Amino acid sequence: MSFCPNIVGFACQWCTYAGADLAGNLRAKYPPSIKLIKVPCSGRVEPEHVLEAFAQGADGVLVGGCHFGDCHYKTGNHKTSQRMKIFAKLLADSGFDPRRFRLEWISGAEGYRFAEVVEEFTKELQELGPNPIKEGV
Amino acid sequence: MAKVGVYVCHCGSNIAGVIDVSAVRDYAETLPDVVIARKDLFMCSDSGQEMVKQDVRDGLVDRVVVAACTPRTHEPIFRAAIEKAGLNKYLFEMANIRDQASWVHGHDHEGATEKAKLVVASAVGKARHLEPLEDKFVDVTDAALVIGGGIGGISAALELANMGHKTFLVEKTPSIGGVMAQLDKTFPTNDCSACILTPMMVDAYNHPNIETLTYSEVDDVSGYIGNFSVKIRRKQAYVDWDKCTGCGDCAAKCPAKTPDEFNAGLSDRRAAFIMFPQAVPKKAVIDMDACINCGGREIGSEPKLNKKTGAPILAPCEKACPADAINRSLPLDPGGRIKEVEVGSIVVATGYQVMDKGWFKEMAPDSPNVITALQLERIISATGPTEGKLLRPSDNQKPKTITFVSCMGSRDANFHTYCSRFCCMYMIKQARLLKEKYPELVINMHFIDVRTAGKDYDEYYTGARRMGINFFKGKVGGLEMLPEDKLRVLAYDMESAESIEYASDLVVLATAVELPEDAQGLAQKLGLQFCGSNFFRELHPKLGPVETSTEGLFLAGCCQGPKDIPDTVSQAKGAAAAAAVPLAQGRVKIEPIISEIIPENCSGCGICVPLCPYDAIAMSEWAGTARAAIEMSACKGCGVCTSACPSGAIVLHGYEEDQIFAQIAALTSGGRNHAG
Repeated sequence: MSFCPNIVGFACQWCTYAGADLAGNLRAKYPPSIKLIKVPCSGRVEPEHVLEAFAQGADGVLVGGCHFGDCHYKTGNHKTSQRMKIFAKLLADSGFDPRRFRLEWISGAEGYRFAEVVEEFTKELQELGPNPIKEGV
Repeated sequence: MAKVGVYVCHCGSNIAGVIDVSAVRDYAETLPDVVIARKDLFMCSDSGQEMVKQDVRDGLVDRVVVAACTPRTHEPIFRAAIEKAGLNKYLFEMANIRDQASWVHGHDHEGATEKAKLVVASAVGKARHLEPLEDKFVDVTDAALVIGGGIGGISAALELANMGHKTFLVEKTPSIGGVMAQLDKTFPTNDCSACILTPMMVDAYNHPNIETLTYSEVDDVSGYIGNFSVKIRRKQAYVDWDKCTGCGDCAAKCPAKTPDEFNAGLSDRRAAFIMFPQAVPKKAVIDMDACINCGGREIGSEPKLNKKTGAPILAPCEKACPADAINRSLPLDPGGRIKEVEVGSIVVATGYQVMDKGWFKEMAPDSPNVITALQLERIISATGPTEGKLLRPSDNQKPKTITFVSCMGSRDANFHTYCSRFCCMYMIKQARLLKEKYPELVINMHFIDVRTAGKDYDEYYTGARRMGINFFKGKVGGLEMLPEDKLRVLAYDMESAESIEYASDLVVLATAVELPEDAQGLAQKLGLQFCGSNFFRELHPKLGPVETSTEGLFLAGCCQGPKDIPDTVSQAKGAAAAAAVPLAQGRVKIEPIISEIIPENCSGCGICVPLCPYDAIAMSEWAGTARAAIEMSACKGCGVCTSACPSGAIVLHGYEEDQIFAQIAALTSGGRNHAG
């Protein structure tokens, strides 16, 4: 059996979390790799949360928010975007494969897209293999 | 030590058909601080809730985790249950193992079960760190705002006003009435649109509880349910409406012409104009974009004097006005003026526009004899450019053959994938009206299929078939311009399974319903979401069709999705009823899921201040030093400040740092290694 990566997802409750619920309503299939932590806004997610997930051995981390212009809190997702883009760069600079970290804008109407993103992210992580931190590298 | 109770739901076979519920329950029992783990066929049923309540009442548990569907629908139910049993309702957490597990991992029962265990561990991890929170209550301003003065907005405003609530009805054009005012007759009864609408317009305008603000737009909205502050821009009409009597003399003298929006561009209006004969309020407006300044002087400058008589030389509109309502010497602000109102709830009923024919290059959009259905509506209306006579635009001759094409831009992956819902019916209506008036007229209608799902609608359609109107099932591939302003129709008829081709004198396109271009801007001002769809998103497609994700903000009519007049009126009355709830209650509950700054930990760096999307954070003095402080009533609980604070001084209640870290730990290690 191929390795099933463990993905920790941080999902804003208005868009990405709702999109994941809609995927359920649509019975869209995707691998059971991702587990969501619901946050009010993607702007609540700190780089420390992502780092902690990796440090604890998560194979991938996804931060999901609303599309620009759609944020329930007007501009929370813009803050997320700026914060996480810098963070992704630091992650890469520190030698950690930045492909393990994803920032995605998935709306509450995009159930199929949520499923596609997870499917695709899971495949990529399967190719990358387990988080090297788990191996103590 | 927390005493966590875990309750795993079968949801009939929705969860149990995929996930091994017993295994999840057994696993939950092994998690730290879990004192009891149970399962039930339906946790949300009375017996399921009672099971939880009994454990709370017995003192067995003081934190509750329900592993079931989504907190977006069921969290309030369980919170209410534990509150009834005497536990603070915020000591509750949900594990979503249906929508986000069993429903999507039906192909992998084992994987779904393992995921469910981790999701339960995550919820337990968070639950162990939950703190009791107290709801806040704020007083409500007993007034409502309705944005949009079409049939939806008018219906909602009348409903609210009749319930006794002061209502502001804001409309961007000079008159209320909306698209319905442009219609000739309405299906399926062929009522004259104006005859049923105009009395409602007058009722709304004269209602003692309604303040109608036409030629006005919402500029800014701040605040929250119960206490919205709204800035309404009253656009500059360049006519003193207190004096204007609606006589129309200014329009008669104005030499500047521009396409008449009310006639869908089929005729011209003047720069000084009254929107339509039955306009409410019946007031003139000077459209400065169209004004050619024929009097030769800038707004706000004094008129030149006649050298002989010494009398001022006035512009024709000024001279024509018998009420002295037009004075171009006044320094009128082109931006109009701002009116500020305070309301407790808002109904958005901003309506729709139809797509322009120019999008459809294969449909000979350059031919004047290719028109939209709304244009045909104006042609057959007695108040329209041809006074109700069917004359085609190119030569004002009566067509012998007319063609209707459905689904232009609707159900089309190139434009809009959705069905515009009412085009089939209005096309049939237009065809019936024409056939009644001109029995010799050949009417060919092309549909992908005819959708008549409404009360008495299918009877209306079958009646049309009996009248000798030709229905073709199949698409029109294109139109070609022919001599004598005719059009060649190239279509396919699925019933005879062959292509058909004929010359038509006039072609009517049922172009798709879509949001007006300015809807995006309004959505941002109001905090409305699209969520990738083409219309404003309701809270829940089935159970919250008039609510939005912003409390106190409600939707009615086509801004939420295409709908005909009966559905719009129904929804508007529903939205009005929902909007009246906080007004009737007099005070509303504010959830305590908001941020708080712990002043002892704050370094006063001020990073959070500009980050707040609601300007809710300001520096204030605390123990002689500058510290950030949050205005609780303005905070909406996004947590952007919490995440940015370098001192960790900001707590977002309900999403606290230790709670999130506990969830991360649980999801990465199964929660067992982290007893802390």
